[in-house]
Amino acid sequence: MPKAPDPITRDLWHVVAATNELPIGQIETTLLLDRRIALTRGIDGEPVAWLATGEENGDEIDSETVLDRLPVRTAYGYTWTCLGTPSAELFPIPEFAEPDRVNMSCGSIGIHVSAPRAVENFLDMGHFPYVHTDILGSEPHTEVKEYDVEVSEERDEVLATKCKFMQPRAAKSATTAMEVEYVYRVPHPFCSVLYKSCPEDESRRDVIGIFLQPMTEETCRAHLLQSMIDSTSTITDLRRFQQTIFGQDKPILENQYPKKLPLDPRSETPIRADKSAIAYRRWLSQKGITYGVIPQAS
Amino acid sequence: MPLSLSDPTWYPIASSEDLPFRHVYQGQLLGRELAVWRADDGNVNVWENRCLHRGVRLSIGINEGQELKCQYHGWRYANQSAGCTYIPAHPADAPSRRIENRKYPVREAFGLIWSAANDDQPFAPFDGAQGEDWFPLRPMPVDAAPEDVVAGLARLAPDDQPADLLPGMAVRLGAAVFFVQPVDAGRAVIRGLLAGQPHDAMAALRHHNETLTKLRDRLERAAARKPAPEPLQPVFEKVSAELSTMPDIAVPRGNTITVVVKRKWKSAEGVIGFELADRDGRYLPTFQPGAHIDVHLPNGLVRQYSLTNGPGDLNSYVIGVKQESASKGGSKVLVETVREGDVLAISEPRNNFPLRRDATRTVLIAGGIGITPLLSMARFLDKSSLKYELHYFTRQSERLAFSSELDVLHGSIDRHVGLGREAITAKVAEVLGPYQFANHVYICGPGTMLEMVQQTASALGWPDEAIHFEYFQNDKVIDASSAFDVELARSAMTLHVPAGRTILETMREAGLTVPSSCEQGACGTCLTGVIEGEVDHQDVYLNKTEKASNTCIMTCVSRAKGPRLVLDI
Repeated sequence: MPKAPDPITRDLWHVVAATNELPIGQIETTLLLDRRIALTRGIDGEPVAWLATGEENGDEIDSETVLDRLPVRTAYGYTWTCLGTPSAELFPIPEFAEPDRVNMSCGSIGIHVSAPRAVENFLDMGHFPYVHTDILGSEPHTEVKEYDVEVSEERDEVLATKCKFMQPRAAKSATTAMEVEYVYRVPHPFCSVLYKSCPEDESRRDVIGIFLQPMTEETCRAHLLQSMIDSTSTITDLRRFQQTIFGQDKPILENQYPKKLPLDPRSETPIRADKSAIAYRRWLSQKGITYGVIPQAS
Repeated sequence: MPLSLSDPTWYPIASSEDLPFRHVYQGQLLGRELAVWRADDGNVNVWENRCLHRGVRLSIGINEGQELKCQYHGWRYANQSAGCTYIPAHPADAPSRRIENRKYPVREAFGLIWSAANDDQPFAPFDGAQGEDWFPLRPMPVDAAPEDVVAGLARLAPDDQPADLLPGMAVRLGAAVFFVQPVDAGRAVIRGLLAGQPHDAMAALRHHNETLTKLRDRLERAAARKPAPEPLQPVFEKVSAELSTMPDIAVPRGNTITVVVKRKWKSAEGVIGFELADRDGRYLPTFQPGAHIDVHLPNGLVRQYSLTNGPGDLNSYVIGVKQESASKGGSKVLVETVREGDVLAISEPRNNFPLRRDATRTVLIAGGIGITPLLSMARFLDKSSLKYELHYFTRQSERLAFSSELDVLHGSIDRHVGLGREAITAKVAEVLGPYQFANHVYICGPGTMLEMVQQTASALGWPDEAIHFEYFQNDKVIDASSAFDVELARSAMTLHVPAGRTILETMREAGLTVPSSCEQGACGTCLTGVIEGEVDHQDVYLNKTEKASNTCIMTCVSRAKGPRLVLDI
């Protein structure tokens, strides 16, 4: 019997599906915080979610007949729901509303690891040359330079800035290695947003979001958002790129032990490059998150 | 009897043939996953299957021959000690903290690899093992409780010849001995040995494999009818408190190790090689390329010598000592009075000359005895298949040391013999060429050569951070004319340092025990943290950045710029 999620996790909005991939009039089921959830869309295109009671994937349904509904909202192309009392607004990504951006959901990938482990991997630059060889990094350029990390009290999020890394092909047009600059936000215990210098317009940044759906304490689904300034690549190209990256991360994450993120500082060995991960672990500890983590023994 | 996580029994965990070179095998014993790998020198390592950094399985890592490289962030761990030698995210730092993976005892015998959950019992071969030529059978994994597997094996015996149950979950059946490897509470592997080499090896393998397959099917059918036993729950040990934080500068330890001179030989004209090994044959502590040790000499002096060893080579340290006629009792004592079999005290290896492995081009320039740390660097680069050029300058060809060691390397090795000062400068300029991104040069040799290479490289546009060198001697004239006060924060004491006395001397006179070694600002032993006040650095140990940080001081030569200095001591 899985343990009940902590109240903070229970009251969060959680991503469950790419809205436009939910079938209209048909049921799709998934797991959220160890509970089976049923989803569908009405003919108005609006998502509907409820706690499943034996429904099967692909069953036909008229969403009007669903009475006992979970709260839902659509944001950044995804459907979000909550198993408790949703209090807070969902975190903002203002760039999403800019008219000239290509916003797209790039797929949902199941990973046999806790959601916080996947967030931490998203924040990590040191693995680029080893896991994303010749795409996001390549040997011998392995250095993670000093960067800044803060926990913004006002926005209640972890912010890592001035993150720089030498990338072999930061853009399709690049022929030599160049240094790219990243900004990472962790505005939600299971979501992170990355801002990356944009090859087409120096004054703006491409945005990549990763939203983790904690299915159980040790499994999650990664939902990807891209919000790009890119007038040349096709959506297929951009999706394929992100799916390649996550396809490379998946086997590494699934070989990580323990699968839950340990919050005791003495459980693993951090280095300076892990500053953002350390800040993230502390932030989770302070919030009182216990789902998908091994809390520090008090 | 239920399985125990602390069971000290030695069990076979793999066959020797599961461990070809450059492979990492994933094993399991008493619920614990193991990464098992054979180094190029033949040594077998059995480690906890988990990188200490982020918990990724080491069995998906890369066996580089003498080091294991984690897949996730490329951390390198040394053969034998499992000590971390390189962290690619911080290529310019020597990993100063002792990061060591959990490892288990190991023995290779009778075609099997043996290990135990702890070191509580020495390895002892099973009864009747000696004097027989054993033939290993194919292993048979069984999804059943290990004790049920032992019972099942015993039932294979004919009625008139009951099975002989040996200690440690082993069963003797006629000419064969079967060992049960307790993988977990509900899983086991049967590993058999046959006395004597069979005439038809294939037939023998096939015959036993068929018998064991039938046994496995019976055992698994029986196991399926019982409730599955609860898997063992091994815990991951916590890392030390020191490893859980990130110190800016690590204060080196003063530990010494006793070693025996295993071999002393003339490597070249004027160069004597010394091989130093642990007295009990254990491996020595992990080191990184460029590291040196302090050698405590019989006459009380302490001298620094670079290690020449390659990666994961911890059975002994090899140093080269220059035979100097003018030497005042340092190297001279080693060369003239220390003999094979003598015992010496040495420090743990320290590294003030770290090798970056993130260069697109690495140039190593050695002058005379300066070959020693560069030989170590070349050996590390060689094993990782990284490109490098080694230029070795000596006055005469008879003085070229470590020739056979250099001959087996695959990089570009150039020996330059008998060149005059100007010709050396011209050659160095030609070798270096204009600076390009991610190029690095490492120099070790006489002081005049270090300066010449630095100037030549600077003139060609090489930035300071691309020019690496190490001083073993402080040739600067120490200015001890200032007088000031030192406040010792932790000892709650204020001392006056007069002109002509060092901080170190003043502290010792006040009764404090302070470690020191070279006492000329070169070795780093007396490194002390600075809390307040500006330091007048006169050492050659700290690099420019460390000096500018004003956070540490070498108390044997450096002083205060102002009237007061607050030290963390």
